[in-house]
Amino acid sequence: MQTDWIFIGIFLLIGLVFPTVPLVAAFFLSPKKPNLVKNETYECGVETVGDTWVQFKAQYYIFALMFVVFDVETVFLFPWAVAFQAMPLFMVVEGVFFIVLLAGGLIYTWRKGALEWV
Amino acid sequence: MPEFNPGNVLIYLYQLLGWWLGTLGIPAPIVVLIQLLVSIISVGAFALLLPIFTIWLERKVAGRFQDRLGPNRVGPYGLFQSFADVFKLLTKEDITPAGADKVVFNLAPMLTVLSVVTIWAVVPFASTMVGANINVGVLYIVAISGLGTISIMMGGWSSNNKFALLGAFRTAAQLVAYEVPMIIVLLVPVMLAGSMGVQDIVNAQGTAWFIVMAPVAGLIFFITSIAEIGRAPFDLLEAESEIVAGFHIEYTGMKFGMWMLGEFLHAFTICVLTAVLFLGGWQGPFAKEVPVLGIVYFLLKSFGMYFIVIWVRSTFPRIRIDHLHAFNWKVLVPVSLAAVVLTALVDKLVTTYLPGAGDVVRATALLAANVIGVLALLGIFRQGAHAERERLEGGRDASHGEAAHHDEPGEPGAAHASAH
Repeated sequence: MQTDWIFIGIFLLIGLVFPTVPLVAAFFLSPKKPNLVKNETYECGVETVGDTWVQFKAQYYIFALMFVVFDVETVFLFPWAVAFQAMPLFMVVEGVFFIVLLAGGLIYTWRKGALEWV
Repeated sequence: MPEFNPGNVLIYLYQLLGWWLGTLGIPAPIVVLIQLLVSIISVGAFALLLPIFTIWLERKVAGRFQDRLGPNRVGPYGLFQSFADVFKLLTKEDITPAGADKVVFNLAPMLTVLSVVTIWAVVPFASTMVGANINVGVLYIVAISGLGTISIMMGGWSSNNKFALLGAFRTAAQLVAYEVPMIIVLLVPVMLAGSMGVQDIVNAQGTAWFIVMAPVAGLIFFITSIAEIGRAPFDLLEAESEIVAGFHIEYTGMKFGMWMLGEFLHAFTICVLTAVLFLGGWQGPFAKEVPVLGIVYFLLKSFGMYFIVIWVRSTFPRIRIDHLHAFNWKVLVPVSLAAVVLTALVDKLVTTYLPGAGDVVRATALLAANVIGVLALLGIFRQGAHAERERLEGGRDASHGEAAHHDEPGEPGAAHASAH
């Protein structure tokens, strides 16, 4: 068990080394002749107007919020799923109630119109 | 010296390495460390060299789907085309746009490769061969693939380009949305196997693959995975005709190559995960006794799934963004919740009231429940489609002819088309 976690730890470190190798190779092999026009931001041949980091529509924020709600709730469901085979029927039904509550939240947001892309 | 077993060659080599290092008088912990390093580098190198082949395969198969030959100039059957592409990318100038956030800009392509390669740490290749057999394998896969979303957001945000930012926002909305049904549906194999360990999940599929016990869950997992890799029909994050190339518009040379590598490796990785979680992984005739055969089954299933991914890509057109989100939140999320409830109740009822029932009875009951569920679902969809049609046609008489409908300027459906 402990070896497995060491394996993953080293894998994560080496996983960062893997993409570094071709990038370093490209650094030595590629030409470097930057100029002002070349470094300009691409925009279909027209010069960029204004700041790039602008404010965005709130729809994205609502979807991100819903993601957090659902994701946190599924984190609670994973331990239930692991213990599922050892559980009596009653506890399974209780888990189902939890999922129904989740579905209730989904129906509420649906009726409120938060799921519509505007 | 370890005993030679022809059916388990790779593990034999692993043990032989440990035995040989032991005879040199190297202390045991360092021997284990060297063994781990060797296996990590071989798994990682295998995963990273795979796209060189799968890119060729994809171009060839996609070419056939479009009634053309595909790459056929470099090497036999164009096999060395990907190598030529790599060498070309290596010699291309690396441009960093003015005003870009340099650290984030350079880190993003590395992070995207990292987020895909490290999934391979828990992939079981055969009954004896798995990188790390941890007991939270499924959770690890979910957590690591979440890193990919962050890397795309980083790349799009740091490029100082409006197209890139737009692509990154679309990506965040899409990947985050499709992660919800994916995680919910991952509960089903975890429930059926009673463990989050990937190897345990494969072991539990000895009698029946989970695609038989939970076809709905398997299909939803596959669909959401295709959305997670951002492929057609879900490739809105790099829609060429709308936002040019999306988040990686400003990337050139090898950094662009890293994005491509990450994308193609991710495409194969989701096929591997589908094969492992729902198609039995290395399970097959004699796979337990001869682990090397397990690798063959595992690769056969993965490449079969990969063919389907290419097939889907060459068949479906890109869907609109409002349809994309409506499909996720109004179809996939409720259906996946229903699939979890259905599997839980049916499985528990069968094991409670038929205590002597074997895996076959259990699988049959679950399959029947899934089929009934799908039929009910199709009925609901049909009703919904009828209601929508009534609403759009405004209760008009159908005998007025089709042409008259389309000429109406104030058609209610036109209001929906304005969504971007």
